[in-house]
Amino acid sequence: MNEAKDLLIILIGSSLVSNVVLSQFLGLCPFLGVSRKVKTAAGMGTAVIFVITLASAVAGVIYKFVLTPLSIQYLQTIVFILVIAALVQFVEMFLKKAMPSLYEALGVYLPLITTNCAVLGVALTNVQKEYGILTGIVNGFATALGFTIAIIILAGLREKMEYNDVPEYFKGMPTVLLTAGLMAIAFCGFSGLL
Amino acid sequence: MNKKSTMNSAWERLVNGLVKENPTFVLMLGMCPTLAVTTSAMNGLGMGLTTTVVLMLSNLIISLLRNIIPSRVRIPAFIVIIASFVTAVQLLLEAYIPSLNAALGMYIPLIVVNCIILGRAESFAYSNPPIPSLFDGIGMGLGFSFALTCIGAVREVLGAGTIFDYSIMPASYVTINIFVLAPGAFFVLAMLTAFQNFLKATRAKVSEEAAAMVGSGCSEDCMNCSEKGCAKRFYDTQASDKLPDVNAEDFQEKPKTVEVEDMDEKEEV
Repeated sequence: MNEAKDLLIILIGSSLVSNVVLSQFLGLCPFLGVSRKVKTAAGMGTAVIFVITLASAVAGVIYKFVLTPLSIQYLQTIVFILVIAALVQFVEMFLKKAMPSLYEALGVYLPLITTNCAVLGVALTNVQKEYGILTGIVNGFATALGFTIAIIILAGLREKMEYNDVPEYFKGMPTVLLTAGLMAIAFCGFSGLL
Repeated sequence: MNKKSTMNSAWERLVNGLVKENPTFVLMLGMCPTLAVTTSAMNGLGMGLTTTVVLMLSNLIISLLRNIIPSRVRIPAFIVIIASFVTAVQLLLEAYIPSLNAALGMYIPLIVVNCIILGRAESFAYSNPPIPSLFDGIGMGLGFSFALTCIGAVREVLGAGTIFDYSIMPASYVTINIFVLAPGAFFVLAMLTAFQNFLKATRAKVSEEAAAMVGSGCSEDCMNCSEKGCAKRFYDTQASDKLPDVNAEDFQEKPKTVEVEDMDEKEEV
């Protein structure tokens, strides 16, 4: 019971309170790059949830059963980044073969995720906070969920702002960054939640 | 003669990294750490110098190994080399500057995925001799440090009224806390990008050719690029039905002119 409560706290904490993009600045790349349309943003979000959850599971297992027994924890960065790169490739091949419909849906977003620092970030956070494997997976899922929430909201706002009359030099990136800043202020409001 | 040309090239690489192709202000690379650690000038400088060391060493080693690494597996090879240096630097920081290590926290291991480093390895070190590569790394790293320190200083002055922990504002100054918090990073960067758009628009005609050089850190491979601030990528996403303004065209056209021959070498990673 107590454990379930802890997991719930992690779920809310990682997805809303310390949102991965808006307060930790991880995964800004797809956040700014793939947020023009709500539909593509949702696709990216799904792919991120999928990969991060899987990657935090795999990284957790490797850390616990390979790195710790051999006491080579200091190699974590190298090992994690290689594992993540390999995992994404593998997932892509597997999905193509086994679940073509899901592969179609995630399609172009999968390879993009290899370079998403949120994936490595989650794996490292799990180790840093000494989460167990299950807790790590929940944390990974929550972080990715937070990313999805943020990117869908941003995409929605950008669709609305498409035809707005903004000052010339603020067109494009600066407006998006300002929007993200305002969203970050809004998300600060969650900090009283826990 | 030979020595002189090396010297020239080394100097040129330094200036190039600091001014002409400044990774943050001009190339807009490595936005993650730029936003995350610039809560104070000191943190910005620390992050910048740490990245400089990694960039310098990885450039040097990759350049030395450039004839040995087969081009098909070069990206994994680069990542392993970079990750090794990052780990080494992290351990050194932990041992000798624990305060900086604590302040930067997770963002030190995340240097691995900083696209400046992989970008320079790919676009410069892999095709150039060691000495220019080393200086390219130093120049780019110092340019990055300079940019981070500036952003950090702005945020620190506005948000806490200090700079490098020295109080410079009068006692009556009311600090604007939001600039030290997460939203402030977005606002400062937004202003910076807007200012850069302004500069680009005014200089566009004067230096067409110089501006064309700007894209050289870009591999044209937007799918695999971890560059979040890249304006080109931003305009290149699926929904490219509307490209409303002049700036969009600027961003799109520039790199194409210089990168054409580069593109043949890139293949799927």
